[in-house]
Amino acid sequence: MMFALDVGKVMQETLTQAFGPQAVVFAMAAIGLNIHFGYTGLLNFGHIGFLAAGAYGTAIAITSWSINPVLAIGFGIIFALVLALILGVPTLRLRADYLAIVTIAAAEILRLLARSTALRSVTRGAEGLNEWAGGYQDANPFSSIIEVGPFRYLPMQFAIVVFGWLAVAIVSGLVWLIMRSPWGRVLKAIREDEDAARALGKNAYSFKMQALLLGGAIGGFAGFIQVLDKATVQPDTFVPPITFFIWTVLILGGAARVFSPVVGAIIFWFVIVFSESLLSELVADGTVPSSILESTQVSNVRFLIMGLMLMGLMVFRPQGIFGDREEMALDDR
Amino acid sequence: MTDELLTNGENGSAGAISRAEIFESVAKQPGSSKPDPILTVDNLRRSFGGLVAVDVEHLEVQRGVITALIGPNGAGKTTFFNLLTTFDRPDTGKVVFDGEDVTGTPPHRLANKGMVRTFQLTKALSKLSVLENMKLGAVDQKGESIWRAVLPPTWKSQEREIEKRADALLERFQLAHMRDEFAGTMSGGQRKLLEMARSLMTDPKIVMLDEPMAGVNPALTQSLLGHVRSLSDEGISVVFVEHDMDVVRDISDWVVVMAEGQVIAEGPHSSIGANQRVIDAYLGSHHDSALDFSEDLLGGSAL
Repeated sequence: MMFALDVGKVMQETLTQAFGPQAVVFAMAAIGLNIHFGYTGLLNFGHIGFLAAGAYGTAIAITSWSINPVLAIGFGIIFALVLALILGVPTLRLRADYLAIVTIAAAEILRLLARSTALRSVTRGAEGLNEWAGGYQDANPFSSIIEVGPFRYLPMQFAIVVFGWLAVAIVSGLVWLIMRSPWGRVLKAIREDEDAARALGKNAYSFKMQALLLGGAIGGFAGFIQVLDKATVQPDTFVPPITFFIWTVLILGGAARVFSPVVGAIIFWFVIVFSESLLSELVADGTVPSSILESTQVSNVRFLIMGLMLMGLMVFRPQGIFGDREEMALDDR
Repeated sequence: MTDELLTNGENGSAGAISRAEIFESVAKQPGSSKPDPILTVDNLRRSFGGLVAVDVEHLEVQRGVITALIGPNGAGKTTFFNLLTTFDRPDTGKVVFDGEDVTGTPPHRLANKGMVRTFQLTKALSKLSVLENMKLGAVDQKGESIWRAVLPPTWKSQEREIEKRADALLERFQLAHMRDEFAGTMSGGQRKLLEMARSLMTDPKIVMLDEPMAGVNPALTQSLLGHVRSLSDEGISVVFVEHDMDVVRDISDWVVVMAEGQVIAEGPHSSIGANQRVIDAYLGSHHDSALDFSEDLLGGSAL
């Protein structure tokens, strides 16, 4: 049998996406989740809700209130902050698992609300909001398809890649700085033992709320980048599995490490796109016969491969790429 | 002389007057009033469903001395302790700390007022270094504000001061060699020492220790006792929970005995051992009736 595999095409697609807009979104979202879970120990299983809040906040500010596109991003973040407050006020005084339950439910409620007929005039139901991204597109300094080395981006994608990674770098730097401060120390103390922190005069509730707000705001910003890529806000892109992809990204890199979200996101998209692209090629040229795998099944198999990789990671390197095994082992004592 | 000690406990002049003298005029009975109480409790009651875990009518804890809170298992010591430190809320009654009613105050605020506690199951923060554990203890840290946190110059100098204090305390508690290790790598005894040292970082007026000797080997117990004594010598009031009478004998100036949720006796340890109610509480009230070997104890027929 002939192998007519186009390695160049597979690698171009893979690398383009591994550093592409979706990787930016996942990196940014995972930075927020890292503040919640990695540093503070908050079990947030509805992170996609913050992305949805950020996305809808921005788009609604433009479509319903005709607000300037730059300020509209601020509205997206305010939406995410309000969501964090609503989630945190009743649950942060309770045991950690309550936040987990409430966040996963709240994210779904938010999605169903957005696609409900009652809010149709604001959110346009299941079709979503489409005419809001013009301002951003006009401001885009790039106008043609950009090809650099193995990378190939549309103008808007390239803008997101350039400014998005820049934003990821800035936010990561701030997280690094803030987690080395006494404030970050209190968060870690709360993660280890909330009562000990309280006994030493730390208002655990207030610190947990601050962490939830900060991580939520960063999640909201990630949501804005997400919809900017597609230029449309659709409720059904904000489904629960995305939350768990963001968790995967964080766990790949290792929780409570500044570079984890960035490297985790790149690896995540590398594996997903590489396996899809490679399998599609192999199925198309008949190397993998259709009796084993149909071309329509490829997109499911890529998550299977991702899952296998995650299992392998848990067995051989449970602390993630940047984690410290010794530190992780302290849990077992 | 007495007045000087009582009003100015921090100056370490405790040696000038014997601890026994402070209690000379104090009645050896539950609820007796003390010359200078730092902690006062009135009608404190806490029940869990039908079980009344704590029901203390009145108790005063003297400033500047070591008070032991003892009692058999299930006496309500830990519940009472949680009420004193406001980690738990009473059904009724109030706790007055240093002249201020603190009932219902969130526990973190109490730490800022000068009351710090430790836990029966030690709470070393495993994934923080020993030094970070210590530094966490300092109160009023500027860098704990999220806005200042991103501007290190606004808190760095205070941080250096805190680190200096932390290092001094680690030296004193013989933990300096562990300074940069994860607290999770420490032995059980070292964790007890760390928790005690960390509590001193809050600059407390009173230290509340919940079974500081639990699960610690005899040699380390002596060292821990020495450290408790040294706290008191600095003028810090100490209250500690213990169920082992022997531990209490060595260091406590005053002993409060609890049983079935109530304070049943108070006094210096010498007066406690002979107290009939205390003996009854620890050993059961019928221990002095003659044993009857004729029945089921040896025969096994009842088994």
